[in-house]
Amino acid sequence: MDIIQGVLNGDTRSIAKLITLIEERSPKANEILKQLFRFTGNAITIGITGPPGAGKSSIINQLAKKFRNKNKKVGIIAIDPTSPFTGGTLLGDRIRMQDLTLDEGIYIRSMGSRGKLGGLSQASYDAVKVLDAAGMDYIIIETVGVGQSEVDIIRLADIVVLVLVPGMGDDVQAIKAGVMEIGDIFVVNKSDIDGSDRLVNEIRMNLELNPKKSSFKPPVIKTVATTGEGIETLDETINQVYHELSINGIISDRRKQHAQQELQELIKDFYLKKINSSFPAEIIAYTEKILKKEIDPYSAANAILEKEE
Amino acid sequence: MTDAKPIRVLIAKPGLDGHDRGAKVVARALRDSGMEVIYTGLRQTPEQIVETAIQEDVQVIGLSILSGAHNFLFPKVMELLNKKNVQDILVIAGGVIPDEDIPLLKEVGIREIFTPGTPTSDIVNFIKNNVKNNVDDEN
Ligand code: B12
Ligand SMILES: Nc1nc2c(ncn2[C@@H]2O[C@H](COP(=O)(O)OP(=O)(O)OP(=O)(O)O)[C@@H](O)[C@H]2O)c(=O)[nH]1
Ligand SMILES: [Mg+2]
Repeated sequence: MDIIQGVLNGDTRSIAKLITLIEERSPKANEILKQLFRFTGNAITIGITGPPGAGKSSIINQLAKKFRNKNKKVGIIAIDPTSPFTGGTLLGDRIRMQDLTLDEGIYIRSMGSRGKLGGLSQASYDAVKVLDAAGMDYIIIETVGVGQSEVDIIRLADIVVLVLVPGMGDDVQAIKAGVMEIGDIFVVNKSDIDGSDRLVNEIRMNLELNPKKSSFKPPVIKTVATTGEGIETLDETINQVYHELSINGIISDRRKQHAQQELQELIKDFYLKKINSSFPAEIIAYTEKILKKEIDPYSAANAILEKEE
Repeated sequence: MTDAKPIRVLIAKPGLDGHDRGAKVVARALRDSGMEVIYTGLRQTPEQIVETAIQEDVQVIGLSILSGAHNFLFPKVMELLNKKNVQDILVIAGGVIPDEDIPLLKEVGIREIFTPGTPTSDIVNFIKNNVKNNVDDEN
């Protein structure tokens, strides 16, 4: 079967093969994505982020079942960190999603971050498009376990669910401000263990102190992902929040920003490739000069760019 | 250094066997040699293993059994792969597997069997020498 037609039909193997081509940066992937692009834009994309071990995969396992009860198709992308030293990754998120494997309305793909530091992988952006074109109603993206500054998920998802758990040392203080700001919904998971009410209060206080620019107030809900408690509420909350953010234009603003960022990234990549292939000798020569302090890097970059014009 | 096209491997434990130490040791060794290793945990059915391999588009499936159920479960996985017309995945296996069972398992398509005491470097080398990089071949 033709891979484009396969993806449009929702054929698992076509989807899987195309995502591999994307991960390997095959030029073929671009050609196929060009054809698929006009079929994208229909799915709701949900980012699930939070510290390592917070229960992100377990929540996705339960949430996907709720979506399936409503007969919605679900695509899941789960990203784990690639070792910068060996390039290897242990992708273990599926351990918590075993119930979903044989459901024909669900596709799960595990990805190594492959050098990206923001909590996603380069390929995840295009992989979402593939799942979108394949007719998924919901696409859930599990980021690398975050802590400091892994906030790239806001460049990809319509809405972001931030999962926290009680007993993380200084609790909310341990999560850096930047990460707290990306949550549209806060989930206090593992609320079967002590301290969940306190954490809920801390999150609410933190949100009071640092209100979002819009009038939107992120809800805070409690879950136990291992039993499924609270997941019904999470499902309802996601739909409510998506609805609210759609009405007040935030979702379309976000999609606009995503499109613009992607365009700018592509231009940057394109230009860099062009310069690299047009002036390989100059790049090496200027690098030497910079090392010898004969020129500063700012002027060197300008000099090369002027040659291009 | 980092490889732009790491080999993707599924390490799976079919059946009710609870011995997971070996599977985890192998998974870590493959990761440390630069591969992307999907580990799905205990108690996988052959159907789940084959479906996961297809969704994840792995180049290698590694099966681990120490309980003695290999003569039933390994051929079952191979049968399902054939039924789904999946021919481009290298399947290997390991665990407590008596020598006399090995020829039959190889006959159904398990390419190599690694028994207790195998240095993990042998497994890494076997995979690196036997995986065909299909994307490269096509281009
Ligand atoms: C440790 C151990 C346990 C631990 C397991 C802990 C764990 N989480 O893994 C515990 C105590 C829980 C246990 C329990 C049982 N065990 Co036990 N156990 C062992 C023992 C002593 C060592 C296994 C081990 O971990 N080895 C270390 C690892 C690193 O080696 P490995 O798994 O063999 O892996 C190597 C290779 O086989 C290969 N390999 C393995 N998997 C894979 C996968 C791939 C893809 C590749 C390429 C290679 C590969 O590479 C590895 C590196 O060299 C073995 C005896 C033995 N010497 O093998 C018995 C043994 C496996 N157990 C046995 C039995 C019977 C049991 C029990 C049923 C006992 C009982 N009556 O309760 C239970 C069943 C548990 C269950 N739920 O399934 C029997 C199995 C008999 C059989 N096959 O016919 C054995 C062989 C002991 C014996 N001689 O009777 N066991
Ligand atoms: N007690 C309790 N344990 C939970 C709960 N949710 C998840 N766990 C356990 O927490 C551990 C981690 O869960 P995962 O779902 O793998 O967490 P994760 O955030 O996906 O982890 P990483 O992907 O490694 O960052 C597992 O052992 C789960 O069984 C919960 O609500 N209560
Ligand atoms: Mg996870």
